[in-house]
Amino acid sequence: MEQIVKLDTIAGTAVEQEPLLVLRPRTGWQQLGLKDLWQYRELLYFLCWRDIKVRYKQTALGVAWAIVQPLMTMVLFSLFFGRLAKMPSDGVPYPLFVFTALVPWMFFSNGITQSAGSLVENASLLKKVYFPRLAVPIASIIAGVVDFFCSFVVLIMLMLYYGVVPSLSILTLPLFLGLACTASLGIGLWLSALNVQFRDVRYVIPFLTQLWLFATPIAYPSSLLSEPLRSLYGLNPMVGVVEGFRWALLGTETSFGPMLLVSSLASMVVLITGAFYFRRMEVTFSDRV
Amino acid sequence: MKRMADLAVRVEKLWKQYRVGRQPERYSTLRDSITNAFRSPVGVLQSLLRGQGNRRPAGDDHFWAVKDVSFDIRRGEVVGIIGRNGAGKSTLLKMLSRITEPSLGQISLYGRVGSLLEVGTGFHPELTGRENIQLNAAILGMKREELAAKFDEIVAFAEVEKFIDTAVKHYSSGMYLRLAFSVAAHLEPEVLIVDEVLAVGDAAFQKKCLGKMEGVAKEGRTVLFVSHNMQAVTRLCERVILLDNGGVVGDGPAGQLVTRYLSSSEGSTKLREWDDPVRAPGSDVVRLRAVRTRAEDGQPTDLVDIRKPVGVEIEYDVLKSGNIFHPCFSVHNSEGVHLFSAQDTDRTWMRQPRPAGRYTSTGWIPGDLLNEGAMFVGVAIWTLAPDICHFYERDAVAFHVVDSYEEGSSRGGWLGNVPGVIRPFCKWDTQVERNMPEARHTVPQEQIKV
Repeated sequence: MEQIVKLDTIAGTAVEQEPLLVLRPRTGWQQLGLKDLWQYRELLYFLCWRDIKVRYKQTALGVAWAIVQPLMTMVLFSLFFGRLAKMPSDGVPYPLFVFTALVPWMFFSNGITQSAGSLVENASLLKKVYFPRLAVPIASIIAGVVDFFCSFVVLIMLMLYYGVVPSLSILTLPLFLGLACTASLGIGLWLSALNVQFRDVRYVIPFLTQLWLFATPIAYPSSLLSEPLRSLYGLNPMVGVVEGFRWALLGTETSFGPMLLVSSLASMVVLITGAFYFRRMEVTFSDRV
Repeated sequence: MKRMADLAVRVEKLWKQYRVGRQPERYSTLRDSITNAFRSPVGVLQSLLRGQGNRRPAGDDHFWAVKDVSFDIRRGEVVGIIGRNGAGKSTLLKMLSRITEPSLGQISLYGRVGSLLEVGTGFHPELTGRENIQLNAAILGMKREELAAKFDEIVAFAEVEKFIDTAVKHYSSGMYLRLAFSVAAHLEPEVLIVDEVLAVGDAAFQKKCLGKMEGVAKEGRTVLFVSHNMQAVTRLCERVILLDNGGVVGDGPAGQLVTRYLSSSEGSTKLREWDDPVRAPGSDVVRLRAVRTRAEDGQPTDLVDIRKPVGVEIEYDVLKSGNIFHPCFSVHNSEGVHLFSAQDTDRTWMRQPRPAGRYTSTGWIPGDLLNEGAMFVGVAIWTLAPDICHFYERDAVAFHVVDSYEEGSSRGGWLGNVPGVIRPFCKWDTQVERNMPEARHTVPQEQIKV
């Protein structure tokens, strides 16, 4: 017993104490601080959970919104692009062709909208407590996965209705969902950090998502383009996601390999630069939100 | 070596710079950047990528909120940080709790830091009490097992057992506050940072909070406590750091520094103004503008001659016409004893509904009533039908009663300490009934004792 006490006092007094944490001014580029983020994973979980719980409270339709939005868009697109403009659809019934693309698209566009506003929305939190700020936009992207699954169920039903049976390639679907997450998180990080500095961002987002919708092969197939152009088209990360979904679920025969590669690279670049830009700007968040 | 070993916080040459007028130009617009982009495309890209003013030279549009602050805090110390508004207290705490970064200097933390900069941070009205406890605990950095062990205790402290699965938007404001404080109070970091938590809630709740804080301090944890509530500071802290204009101007025993703060112009406790009407205490019916203490001659003062009256002036805006208002104030001494409350006795306005406008009501505390020492004045405004307290600003202002030892004070001929919470001037009357011959015998001992 005595020995323990002795050892304790030795440890307490003789050895010079190392500070647990030293706070110094930071300038320039920062490390991503992923370890710190991991330690706060519980907070990340609760932020997601809060976003999910709160999103559809006090709405009449609730989670049904996650289904209504892409369904309505599908009906509109089918009427205007499918019926009137007679857009080709890689041999798939046009409504299904559009809906398969809209499911990941809605996930992406809602994700970037939510995460762009997330820092400003959580201003009171940023000003009062410390936690890795990356948790906020990440949580808002992950919360969108619930909506994604709701609309995905509708997609399955639509496939049953049209009698489309997916091949084994459906197993690759998580990869494409991962790609969608990467792309939306990357864009979300850029926009959320920019939004703290420039509140114009929130006005830009509706235009941005609308333009992006048409810049992505949702109402039309990317097979309209021939090869060197088609790979270049892959610079839009959502091109790879959308065509990936179609290939995995509907088995559309489009040799989109090179394009997918470009998309994957593009979204990785966006995510990594976004994360570093976010970390760099993070220092100013609590003073600016 | 030994001194090093029980360090909890070391702050070295800490500076923090802000841009002046960051309220109006809080965020730049894209337009400015685009306009600049035409002038210097490279520059704008750089400014986009660069953080706010990190390397910008200090010009006229910058000011230092914290200047060259250094101190050590040892484990188990309870330290109060005081200073008037804008002295840099909150900025310092924000840096200590990692919310904002220092511009220069460094902070070394030798233990887990938990901060209570505002209770209820992250509470969401749509979530239930239980859900909010979980969320708030995660935000404050409490681990899941830790929360599970303390959950019942938290709920019991907050006295909301019955409503734990009700959305907090249906809670009364009292329940909401109790729940929020309860979560925060059950945090167990090695260093606890508390900012003005006690400024919320009713008197009973504040008492409970203060009691809890005392408990925390007694457990031997390090506590950094920022407050305008000098009573609470003197009660809780043994040491006080006094800040003024961003720098440390005093560091020492609490009683000594609180007195110095209150009796010097540094404290400027004779006057409290709320420039921003949104943040001022009040409701949409009436809002507090300013509270002042005035001497007999009308000059604002926080040093009052014990023989002289002192006026408590409450300036407020009536925003909605047609209510009868009852302004009042209360006086506490530095031990926290509630000495008295004074109601508005103005016959005109006691019964008459007031049109909207700015009002100033002054209540005069008579001279020769209070004892020497620091007095803390809280102000409130009520309407009786319906019975609403529109605000109660505790410790809005403070003043010091001093005895100059001149003629005519209630001290009489006594030069020592005059005990008691009040010291009214009692009229004394002594009469000689009849002359007696001088005593020849010695008086029995017992009678002398009495």
